[in-house]
Amino acid sequence: MTKPESEWTWKELSVGNVILEPGNASQYRTGDWKTLKPVLNRELCVHCGVCYIFCPDMAYHLDEEGYFVADLFYCKGCGICAKECPTGAITMVLEEEEK
Amino acid sequence: MGKRVGMEVSIAAAEAVKQANVDVISAYPITPQTHIVEHLSELVANGELDAEFFCVESEHSALSVCVGAAATGARTFTCTSSQGLVLMSEITYITSGLRLPVLMILANRTISAPLSIWNDHSDAMSIRDCGWIQFFVENGQEVYDHVFVSYRLAEDREVLFPVIINMDGFILSHVIEPVELIGQEKIDQFLPPYQPLHQLHPDHPITMGAFALPSIFAEAKKAQEVALRSSLPKIIETWKAFGEMTGRYYNPIETYQAEDADTLLVTMGSFGETASVAVDKMREGGRSAGLVKIRLWRPFPFEAFKNATLGAKRLVVIDRAISAGACGPVASEVKAALYGETKKPSIYNFVAGISGRDVTPSDFIKMVDKAEIEIEKGNQEGFETYGVRE
Repeated sequence: MTKPESEWTWKELSVGNVILEPGNASQYRTGDWKTLKPVLNRELCVHCGVCYIFCPDMAYHLDEEGYFVADLFYCKGCGICAKECPTGAITMVLEEEEK
Repeated sequence: MGKRVGMEVSIAAAEAVKQANVDVISAYPITPQTHIVEHLSELVANGELDAEFFCVESEHSALSVCVGAAATGARTFTCTSSQGLVLMSEITYITSGLRLPVLMILANRTISAPLSIWNDHSDAMSIRDCGWIQFFVENGQEVYDHVFVSYRLAEDREVLFPVIINMDGFILSHVIEPVELIGQEKIDQFLPPYQPLHQLHPDHPITMGAFALPSIFAEAKKAQEVALRSSLPKIIETWKAFGEMTGRYYNPIETYQAEDADTLLVTMGSFGETASVAVDKMREGGRSAGLVKIRLWRPFPFEAFKNATLGAKRLVVIDRAISAGACGPVASEVKAALYGETKKPSIYNFVAGISGRDVTPSDFIKMVDKAEIEIEKGNQEGFETYGVRE
């Protein structure tokens, strides 16, 4: 998608509204749905990857230092990672508190 | 001239589907559509037609199979009636929204309750707004011809809409009529293989049927609506090309003795042939009567309808279905079409022949008589069910 949906006119849409560009859902910012975001306490993290496995949006990835971190562009703030983390290393925090 | 043979209209319809060289047929049996798909399954089973015949567990699945197959670029066919169409209805909107050129023959039958297997247009009217191109035909020849017209039209890249051919159940589907068959070579010339604009293929992944947020839904529907309305000149062009090949020319609105008539009957489907006999009788008796037949129901041909009717003093609109709580659906459309005109005919609406009750030429004459009296009296409601015992 080259521009947001709200800017498309009816004349620009493909016949049958077919999406011709495969995988363009990756450009869709689902991260702005959330109110709570996961915050990792690295001291408690045992690098088990349970957060990565359970994340329904595949928002987690392994960083260079070996920690699993959530990509906040996609993370919807569901909190499953925090619930499943065996050491309680993930806390869900109101986004605005971070400012 | 093609070969003229006497055959059951359902068999003629199935033979046309075979001659159209379809790739996929998916249907579930329901009276009175059954003979069409039974014959097609025989043609596939005995090797006369190289197509996949999907036996499914419901009409919802039948049309879903057609949608999936059409999305891969297959020429697809389905056929249903009444309750079957109602079960299918969810997918009818999806087919047109995805702009897939599926063809459906709808052998029109009453929707229950009370349960009835006989003919009327209540099934067709239940999906009136589903976004398909919708024809109503009068006889077996027209069913046969419209299979080829419909595929060529549906698959045209400037059209890309599914098409329904409405044929009256039993009244057409189960009678034997003379049908002029077209040679295969001519058909192959008229109807080249389907070349899809977009198709599902693992080498070129695309998404069909994606979600649309409110921010883009209205744009998507506007595009679909403009495309459906714009198909009208293509429909006319396709009929013209078909006429040049066969000598049988079709129009969105057909008229009979209508030009100078004071009173016009307005019909859809097989009513047209019976009503034309009534018109002849009225003309013999010196009455100024004529007939207007709506062949193209969607997109509705507003201009052609106005041209055919604005010279008359009164229209007697015969519906074969009821829009519960309002009037006949054809009458609603006709009234809307003429509303903006300053000089327009008076309109009287009958619902007649529901659940297959016979409507004979003398019934049409009686309806004209009654309408003339009621219009004279200034009956504002202008609507009644014909022939109901009090």
